[in-house]
Amino acid sequence: MDSVLRSENISKSFGPIEVLSGISLDLKPGEVHAVIGENGAGKSTLMRILSGHIAPTKGSLHLNGQPITFSGPVDAEAHGIVLVHQEILLAPDLTVAQNLFLGREIKRFGFVDDRTMRERTRSILHELGTNIEPDREVSRLSIADRQLVQIARALLVPHKVVAFDEPTAVLTPIEAESLFEIIRKLRSQGVAVLYISHRLNEVKAVADRVTVLRDGRQIATRDIEGLEPLEMARLMVGRDMSKLYPEKPKTASDQIVLTVRDMVVPGYVEKASFSLRRGEILGFGGLIGAGRTELFEALVGLRSGHGTISLDGKNVHFRDAREAMAAGIVYLSEDRKGKGLLLQQNLRINLSLAALDKFSRGSFIDSRAEENALDQAIKDFDIRTRSRDLLAGQLSGGNQQKLLLAKMMLLEPRIVIIDEPTRGVDIGTKEQIYRFIASLAAEGKAVVVISSEMQELIGLCHRVVVMRNGRVAGEVSQSDLSEDAIVYLATGVHEERAAEIAAGHA
Amino acid sequence: MTETVLPTRAEKRKFAIDMRALSPFIALIVLIIAGALINPDFLTASNLLNVVTRSAFIAIIAVGATFVIASGGLDLSVGSMAALTAGIMILTLNSQGSADMGTLALGMLAAIALSAACGLANGLIVTFGRIEPFIVTLGTMGIFRSLVIWLAAGGTITMRNLELRELYRPVYFGNVFGIPVPIIAFMVVAAIGALILYRTSFGRHVVALGSNEDVARYSGVPIWRVRTLTYIIQGICVGIAVLVYVPRLGSATPTTGLLWELQAITAVVIGGTALKGGIGRVWGTVVGAVILELVANIMVLSNFVSEFLVGAVQGAIIIIAMLVQRSVHRGR
Repeated sequence: MDSVLRSENISKSFGPIEVLSGISLDLKPGEVHAVIGENGAGKSTLMRILSGHIAPTKGSLHLNGQPITFSGPVDAEAHGIVLVHQEILLAPDLTVAQNLFLGREIKRFGFVDDRTMRERTRSILHELGTNIEPDREVSRLSIADRQLVQIARALLVPHKVVAFDEPTAVLTPIEAESLFEIIRKLRSQGVAVLYISHRLNEVKAVADRVTVLRDGRQIATRDIEGLEPLEMARLMVGRDMSKLYPEKPKTASDQIVLTVRDMVVPGYVEKASFSLRRGEILGFGGLIGAGRTELFEALVGLRSGHGTISLDGKNVHFRDAREAMAAGIVYLSEDRKGKGLLLQQNLRINLSLAALDKFSRGSFIDSRAEENALDQAIKDFDIRTRSRDLLAGQLSGGNQQKLLLAKMMLLEPRIVIIDEPTRGVDIGTKEQIYRFIASLAAEGKAVVVISSEMQELIGLCHRVVVMRNGRVAGEVSQSDLSEDAIVYLATGVHEERAAEIAAGHA
Repeated sequence: MTETVLPTRAEKRKFAIDMRALSPFIALIVLIIAGALINPDFLTASNLLNVVTRSAFIAIIAVGATFVIASGGLDLSVGSMAALTAGIMILTLNSQGSADMGTLALGMLAAIALSAACGLANGLIVTFGRIEPFIVTLGTMGIFRSLVIWLAAGGTITMRNLELRELYRPVYFGNVFGIPVPIIAFMVVAAIGALILYRTSFGRHVVALGSNEDVARYSGVPIWRVRTLTYIIQGICVGIAVLVYVPRLGSATPTTGLLWELQAITAVVIGGTALKGGIGRVWGTVVGAVILELVANIMVLSNFVSEFLVGAVQGAIIIIAMLVQRSVHRGR
């Protein structure tokens, strides 16, 4: 069969750095083509080129055999290529129908025709197998429903190619399964589906062909027949996966440093309890929205909540992050750009911000000491930057994370809580961050790692506490650590059964 | 991926010019040259000293505004606050019989205490009430202004004791080694302001708060205290400006300090401080205040534009300054 959209030797450079080189991809009508790769492998760049958001530096695109250049995403959409974004891009205060037709409202005598739009919305959502009310405000929908609305919005225009960018990141297995049903339906209608993900089991379940990217290069394009997730992982990473994670440090003591009893965070967490030992890496697993971040934000005083927190056997309560820091507890936010670093300020100001007292002589800041600390941090954490006068926002995701680690380590904490330590971080930096976390535990600090990457929890942690809907669903000990055990606790269903249940619901 | 940071190189840093920090100084030089070309009387010591003296009130207030704005806040009430403070100060002086230094000191103390209290009120309402500073200070602006009008019963509050007036006079009209006292006052305020903003933890916290409040909070910055303190500093600056202002006319009227908030904010923005917070430039602010007064002066000395249009030109300047800031920001 002829391809509907084909890329020939596409390359993309930002300045001197080539992020994609020589990608040749063809999408056939009625197939699901998965693109897999680690964070930073170039998946999103490729997707943005194919959907007209950015132009390739080299190479060409062909639509139905004809060479074509898109002037922008609107142009690509006019040619039937639509992209379902990873983030939810909807106006929360507008209704479902208003969002669906935002910017392309149906008009009658110059006024918006709400009735027609409502009916169209209802029928499109029905086709997708859902009964979301068109008049409901988007802010009142669940994350999964919002994603469906976003898909409906993308499918509103005539489409030949539909691209999904990591669509299941926020979905439970059951919700993901109904998304796969939608994708299969699109395929049966002769639409070419581009599916970007790094979740290999999903890819195995839904894709017909797989293209693997690594460091901006096309490693392989293969049929899914005979390609198992393990082999995909090897192709993606390009080396033995077992080396990614350092050896787990022996838990030196049974000494409990922190106990949390019946922690309640209104609206997020109901009665969560756990304890943390010295020299231990404790994982926190669960789906996005399970209340993990909120639990720890309340613990360190960044959010209101109540419960019994005992540190070294003494009951404590922190009113703000400053008090928690003084007690030796630091929390590194998952939202690095919004809550971790001042993107508009330079590295020095960011580095010393939390531990500014250490750089003060009398009431004045000792800027030489700050400069020395920056030199030390750049060396210790291998922060790679063109110039030390750069703004934090100009660093790559991995280097931002290293800077954030360096900033918080200046406080010399005893308990380190890291939320999504490797989100948006390339594989090389991941390995460095894992080694650093292991060294913290080896030094006798207690570490909490909150992560949505199950492999990360399994590879890094001594124990994993799993949360579901604001409660602690259970704990997986080191000998029992497996993806299935975590998924079971996180969702209440075994992975194989999720598909059956979804089929039953559909 | 192979490049690692090189140690600081002095020569490299010297050439990394920050246009944002430099542009007010360039504008100042351009204005002085323009003024000199337009009228030979412009570039005389007496005229320039006069211009800088006149800019002192706004400059002192604007140094405080630099703190508020750099932390992401805004204070619209400074003009009304100045009028109220001046009124209360004069009433305090009038209530005391004797014309000695003690009375004067008491009046000054009352002025600073009142303005600091006004700033504290603004700060507490903004932080604990969690209301937009624009709204809070719009409200207090109305309250302060109305209180002056009420105290003056719609008329003028005047210093009645002529001896006391004579004693107080040098604070505006006097000079030390040929430099007028108001200029000394405003240089001292600016120097202290710069020291606090650039060299102390509090100053760093102000900038962090203006850059991103969440990051500041997650970094353990005591944001409520820092924010309230910026409004108190603003209040104290208003108080100091009033100390210099009162001996000039010896009275406070319902129109005292009218539109000073506009001029203070204009000075701050011309000076390169970001209106959305995160960047604070004390010396830029000082230059900004001088620029505003220079423009007025040049307009009076030249015959191109009526001096009644000074306000219009100053209004245009703030818009131009914002456009320049935007383009400089994009360029980086």
